[in-house]
Amino acid sequence: MKNLMNLLSPANSTTRARAFVVGAGVTGILFGVGLVLSGMTKPDKVIGFLDMFGGAWDPSLGLVMVGAIAVHAVLFRVILRRKSPLLDAKFHVPTRTDIDPRLVAGAALFGIGWGLGGVCPGPGLIGATSLASTLLLFVGGLVAGMALFQATNKA
Amino acid sequence: MNWTAFTPTTALVGGALIGLAVSLFFVLTGRVAGISGIVGGLLSPKPGDFAWRLAFVAGLLVVGVVAALVAPEMVTASATRGPVAMAVAGVVVGYGTRLGNGCTSGHGVCGISRLSIRSLVATGTFMATGILTVTIVRLAFGGAL
Repeated sequence: MKNLMNLLSPANSTTRARAFVVGAGVTGILFGVGLVLSGMTKPDKVIGFLDMFGGAWDPSLGLVMVGAIAVHAVLFRVILRRKSPLLDAKFHVPTRTDIDPRLVAGAALFGIGWGLGGVCPGPGLIGATSLASTLLLFVGGLVAGMALFQATNKA
Repeated sequence: MNWTAFTPTTALVGGALIGLAVSLFFVLTGRVAGISGIVGGLLSPKPGDFAWRLAFVAGLLVVGVVAALVAPEMVTASATRGPVAMAVAGVVVGYGTRLGNGCTSGHGVCGISRLSIRSLVATGTFMATGILTVTIVRLAFGGAL
C-alpha cells in the first residue's frame, strides 16, 4: 500500500500513468469475464429477460444486477473513505442530481436499442470478436451512433 | 416463467465479478467504469486520456477471443434478430447512451450502487423501453426482426 501511495508523487507520474493503463486493461478483462459468465453476451437470453410478458420469462439477468450492485454498493462506500484513489489525486464521482430531458430521452433510446438487438455496449464489443456479421453491424452502428451524437452536440 | 433457461448461479457470480471490476477501477482511478462513456471518449481523444480507454476495450476484446475458444456457447449472435435490426440497434444504443450519459454499467451498476437519482431514473427508463420494445417485436413480428 505504501508503494502504491508513492506512485502519486510527481517523480513517479510516468509509472502512475502506466499503472493507470494496466489497471484499466485488467478491469476490462475482469468486467468481460463477468459479462460472459453472467449470460449478458447471449442476445437471446437478454431478449428472454426483457420479454417479461411473453409467458416464458427468464429472470436470470436481473440477478446479474443484484450481484454487481451488492458487491459495488459495499466496496464503493469502503473505497470512498480514502482521501483519494490509488492512481489519481481525487475521486471523479458524478454529482449531478437533475433529471433533464436528455437523460430520459437518452435512456429511452438506449432501452429501445437494447430490446431491438439484445446487446448492450460491453457485450457487443466482446461478441464482435467472433466476427459474427450481426454483432459487427451492431458495433459499427454503436460507433456511428456515438459519432453522430458528438458531431451534433457540442461538448 | 422459463425455469429451464434460469441460470441464477452464473448470473449472480458473473454479476459479482462485474461489481468487483468496477470497484477495482474505482479504487485505482476514482472513476465510474461506464462502458459507453469509456468507448465514447475514444472518439474524441484528449491528451493523456486515450491509452487507458483503449486498454479497457482491449481487455474486453481479449475476453471475447478467449471465450469464443473455451466457451463459444456463452458468446453467441441472436438467432432471431437480423442484420438490419442489429445495425439500427447499434446506432440507437450509441446515440442514446451518449445523450443519456450511460448504459447498463454506468447507470445500472455504478450509479444505482451509490443511489444516484439520475441513474435510478435512467435505469428505470431503459428497462421500461427495453421491455416495451421486446414485447412489440414479439407481438408485431413474432419475435424475429
